[in-house]
Amino acid sequence: MRLALPIRKRRVNRSFSGTFWMFVFLAAVAAFMALPLVYAINAAFKPLDEIFLFPPTLFVRHPTTSNFIDLMTLLGQSWVPFSRYIFNTFFITGMGVVGHVLLASAAAYPLAKHKFPGSKLIFTVVVLSLMFTPQVTAIPNYMVMSWIGLIDTYWAVIVPAFAFSLGLYLMKQFMEQIPDALLESAKIDGANEYRIFWQIVMPNVKPAWLTLVILLFQMLWGTDGNGFIYSEQLKTLHYASNQIIFGGIARAGVGSAVALILMSVPIALFVFSQSRIIETMTTSGMKD
Amino acid sequence: MKWKEIKARKHSYILMSPYLLLFAIFTVLPVIMSVFISFTYFNMLEFPRFIGWQNYSRLFLEDDVFLIAIKNTILFAVITGPLSYMACFVFAWIINDLRPKLRAFMTLIFYAPSISGNVYFLWQMIFSGDRYGIANGFLIKMGVLLDPIQWLKTEQYIMPIIILVQLWLSLGTGFLAFIAGLQTVDKTLYEAGAVDGVKNRWQELWYITLPSMKPQLMFGAVIQITSSLAIADVSIYLAGFPSVNYAAETIVTHLIDFGTIRFEMGYASAIATVLFTLMVGTNLVVQRLLRRVGE
Repeated sequence: MRLALPIRKRRVNRSFSGTFWMFVFLAAVAAFMALPLVYAINAAFKPLDEIFLFPPTLFVRHPTTSNFIDLMTLLGQSWVPFSRYIFNTFFITGMGVVGHVLLASAAAYPLAKHKFPGSKLIFTVVVLSLMFTPQVTAIPNYMVMSWIGLIDTYWAVIVPAFAFSLGLYLMKQFMEQIPDALLESAKIDGANEYRIFWQIVMPNVKPAWLTLVILLFQMLWGTDGNGFIYSEQLKTLHYASNQIIFGGIARAGVGSAVALILMSVPIALFVFSQSRIIETMTTSGMKD
Repeated sequence: MKWKEIKARKHSYILMSPYLLLFAIFTVLPVIMSVFISFTYFNMLEFPRFIGWQNYSRLFLEDDVFLIAIKNTILFAVITGPLSYMACFVFAWIINDLRPKLRAFMTLIFYAPSISGNVYFLWQMIFSGDRYGIANGFLIKMGVLLDPIQWLKTEQYIMPIIILVQLWLSLGTGFLAFIAGLQTVDKTLYEAGAVDGVKNRWQELWYITLPSMKPQLMFGAVIQITSSLAIADVSIYLAGFPSVNYAAETIVTHLIDFGTIRFEMGYASAIATVLFTLMVGTNLVVQRLLRRVGE
């Protein structure tokens, strides 16, 4: 039996056994990574008697959609209609993504293509801000937001997302690749900076854009507005799902159904945009 | 002179202004405020009162739980930071050799956990404390255990489980940047290397691949270090808040405790300031180390 090596063209300096063991290792870790996801998919379709089967099984034997139906009835009886949570999540995600892509691109263009007083400093501060996570500024952030009056509105989640620093960083790195000649020629044709930005730069950075969309989508899709949004009517799908998941034993199957729904959206989005995202990431390096 | 330059570039400033305004309000200002508040006593009701270094001395000298939090955070960072960083690179490196379709599929498998939102509660079902949890059921059936273990309520198991879940979650943006970086390495370098006497893939890796993707290595390091120092969500979801005997307390959970439950904002800001310093400091040190790759 011959092993079909999954290598396109065998490069020099390769040993067969090294390759073989590396792929065994890869497959083993891939199985570990996939385990919880496989478990979730199966659990979502398990009837109640299989969820509490001993010994527990990973794979479902008699798949049923009753968990999803239970989920619908459960949510149909809740105080705030389920459609409201869906609307909230889509509103927050949609507004946040669009605003971020527009503002971050507009800011990235001068940083990438113009030399002006302060540009270096601004970029250094943005890079520095990549080095700490939002949790560390949560308290002053809350104070700032309450001064502006954004507490308990959608905007408390949306507006800070506009200024997400990773997006600006990736966009700037990507825009640096646009040939200067292209911009020069537009300038000679009489286009002003705003026109150049909108009609020349933006269409040329589509992959970067899509990457920003995905990154921000993930971030906002997973948000529950915790700490900033109090009104039940404004809360997100994620918040609603947390309530179901931590609702207890009787809803174990329903919890898995929710998990499946929640994770399938960002994963599907990634599947469709994978190559563009990787294209953007090729420019993501920090140079000395 | 400078003023003229600024005037000539006014369109650049106009384009940047909306973003920069929000960035200043929601990122720069909070950091500055946090540092200032850390020197005060502040409970959100009264005006902050300046108390100098008292918060810091209390933090390091009197707060036993903070010392546990620091110990746990550093333990997490020292284990998950380098491991996840290496995992990001090693898997990106192996995957890069695959055929395009298989490569896309493997990328998805490795990346999926970090994008699927907060699905780490799935691990709660796996490590559930009764016989129906996958881990318990499996071990009982194998005969390793007689009785189910309360995985997430037993001090000694909490840290390893959180580390495991954190590693599962950690192949995110850095991983994608590495996959992308590997695709930009100039292929002719490998042939040139073979002529110059590179003997095996490990030498190829050290002398050709790694130096070619230094910029991505830097970027990945920033992302991985920062996220490994900020572990909190997984700890709260899996081990509870507070966890059994503070076994899973981290700097960020300690910060959440003082900031959102006890309303000691000055003290919480001091914790945040310590965390900033730790994050930025570690990043700068690691970046300096990474410059020497391939030498």
